[in-house]
Amino acid sequence: MSVDSLPREKLMERSRPDQEKEILIKVSGLKMYFPVTEGAFITRTVAHVKAIDGISFDIKRGETLGLVGESGCGKTTTGRCILQLEKPTAGEIIYDNLDLGKLSKEEWRPLRQRIQVIFQDPYSSLNPRMKIGDIISEPMYVHNVEEDGPARVKRVRELLSLCGLSPKFADRYPHEMSGGQRQRVGIARALAVRPEFIICDEAVSALDVSIQAQVINLLEDLRDEFNLTYLFISHDLSVIRHLCHRVAVMYLGKIVELADCDELYDNPLHPYTRALLSAVPIPDPTIEKQRAHQIVKGEIPSPINPPSGCVFHPRCTRAVDRCSQGIPEFREVKPDHWVACTEV
Amino acid sequence: MSKLLEIDNLHTQFFTSAGTVRAVDGISYDVEEGETVAIVGESGCGKSVSALSILRLIPNPPGRIVQGSISFMGKDLATLSDEEMRKVRGREIAMVFQEPMTSLNPVLTIGLQITETLQQHLGIDREEADKRAIDLLGKVGMSDPERRLKQYPHHLSGGMRQRVMIALALSCEPKLIIADEPTTALDVTIQAQILELMKNLTRELGVALIIITHNLGVVARYADRVNVMYAGKIIESGTAEDIYHRPRHPYTLALLKSVPRMDQPRKAKLDPVDGQPPDLTKLDDGCSFRPRCGFAIDKCNASIPNLESVSDGHISACFEKDKLTQALEASS
Ligand SMILES: Nc1ncnc2c1ncn2[C@@H]1O[C@H](COP(=O)(O)OP(=O)(O)OP(=O)(O)O)[C@@H](O)[C@H]1O
Ligand SMILES: Nc1ncnc2c1ncn2[C@@H]1O[C@H](COP(=O)(O)OP(=O)(O)OP(=O)(O)O)[C@@H](O)[C@H]1O
Ligand SMILES: [Mg+2]
Ligand SMILES: [Mg+2]
Repeated sequence: MSVDSLPREKLMERSRPDQEKEILIKVSGLKMYFPVTEGAFITRTVAHVKAIDGISFDIKRGETLGLVGESGCGKTTTGRCILQLEKPTAGEIIYDNLDLGKLSKEEWRPLRQRIQVIFQDPYSSLNPRMKIGDIISEPMYVHNVEEDGPARVKRVRELLSLCGLSPKFADRYPHEMSGGQRQRVGIARALAVRPEFIICDEAVSALDVSIQAQVINLLEDLRDEFNLTYLFISHDLSVIRHLCHRVAVMYLGKIVELADCDELYDNPLHPYTRALLSAVPIPDPTIEKQRAHQIVKGEIPSPINPPSGCVFHPRCTRAVDRCSQGIPEFREVKPDHWVACTEV
Repeated sequence: MSKLLEIDNLHTQFFTSAGTVRAVDGISYDVEEGETVAIVGESGCGKSVSALSILRLIPNPPGRIVQGSISFMGKDLATLSDEEMRKVRGREIAMVFQEPMTSLNPVLTIGLQITETLQQHLGIDREEADKRAIDLLGKVGMSDPERRLKQYPHHLSGGMRQRVMIALALSCEPKLIIADEPTTALDVTIQAQILELMKNLTRELGVALIIITHNLGVVARYADRVNVMYAGKIIESGTAEDIYHRPRHPYTLALLKSVPRMDQPRKAKLDPVDGQPPDLTKLDDGCSFRPRCGFAIDKCNASIPNLESVSDGHISACFEKDKLTQALEASS
């Protein structure tokens, strides 16, 4: 992985997977309902948390799709469904012509190497009793990526320094590191087996802006060099803007807007997307102190009893009567710009 | 305003087989009532350890506060008994930990964890505690607060766990809240809601806030004072305006340059600070930023610059701080 040899200066235009490019992953009509149970001994299901309620999207090979949205809207659950860590209630996930829901354990094995995930919570995803070096080299061993021991050790060192960590950290345990250092161990572990698709769930959120910039440059370089595909989940809208080709905005288990990155930021259509973009704090105290912040008002709705009609209508500044009745169709209002709102 | 917290020359170290990690290497700062102090700095530079030191939560062994004093409302925290310290923790100083799962108990319901704290510190009964807990969860923007009480941490999303932590910290109306990356898992609208909530506490009740964050936008909006840390030391401190518009340390400047900004055109590449952070087991007698610094001179190898005043309330630890002014002026 000779990332340093890549030219640092690139043209403003990001290399884009071209239109005809193959679709790597296609998610259709995905639903994930978690049962809410009552009773201590004889439990019965009294309701369902509609964590994901019918979402569809695809990602082309080499593309980065950003996934943003309110805390608790179902982003992590989407990633977990792709990995089959949850059994979806409905819907289909096709990855490279394979129906992920129908694969046997045996058939999944090679995919566990091709698809990697950087978990949102680094602390609980690292085995506390293993040294960092072993945490990173174990998947290489399991998936036969690096045959012999010394090669694995060398690669661990390489991966650590690519992520801005001294190779000396290989001998530490997770609890002997800072939050951001642990997060980078998760990144190094995901990169270790040379995957083709990485689900990055808040993968850079615990990093300071400088190391974050380093890791984002690394992810970009890898994408350019090896044509990697990312599903990039983040709350940091400036990072999403920098890295992603397309962005999907989720609200309460549904995708409410999906468009090319520049189009979404320049011309957001859904009222929720607009509210999100207007709330991003700008790193300049003079600008910040003059800016009025529009906080989205109203009760956060419950995923058990989502509001009727458009799920955003109780908090929407532009809601009209019909918003509480019909569910707005997710429609293409402009080429490649999709939105679920009748009032745009 | 009066001093609530005074930290003087704090040193916290970890004694490991690979050497002594000088995680916090002589930091001093004060926090006044109602003040919001932000701490920013590179990952691994000692921000969390400095916060945990205030609460005496450094695991010993391998860690220990080896030097310095921390005084809170005039009390030297080092002299308190464990029992007295337990009372300070939670009741007077509350902490929002960086990783919620490290401090939430996975086998207890959210409700039990909040109400137990409330009952213990405020001496109220179960029913009253339940009511308060529901109210708090609503305030931090959780849907269905009543049902959440019956859930376990693994039923919640990352941002919901973080908000449970924040609710716990606010629950006992402390005098000082130390929040370590409190909003990393929150979307910007809920982030704004929670920071406004905390800011109101500082205005109305004079609660002081130490907020450790990587989000320079949050710092710009909410901080009265910003401490920039590098390799266990505070290397610059000033108002948000000082730090953003008149940085006087090369690291601060580099930090500001590496952030992607929504109000500016997208860059082809982000600009990280080049080079590796220093090894905290091998700090020497020179400035620890010098290997990565574009302004370094010979003197930087031989001695560590002290924090010196550059203007009222603005201090920087750099021999070349005046050069930086010139360079900044030249570039703008
Ligand atoms: N195992 C579970 N049992 C019950 N409910 C669950 C479970 N896992 C997730 N949920 C619920 O599903 C919803 C979506 O959670 P998810 O973790 O996907 O959110 P998220 O978009 O990743 O949020 P965040 O940005 O806060 O991480 C939440 O309401 C959460 O409480
Ligand atoms: N138990 C330990 N043993 C050895 N070193 C430790 C231990 N705990 C922390 N450290 C080291 O102390 C330094 C400071 O850690 P700290 O957690 O304060 O960093 P931080 O500034 O909060 O970083 P982040 O932004 O990544 O959370 C780090 O370099 C870390 O590796
Ligand atoms: Mg999540
Ligand atoms: Mg930390």
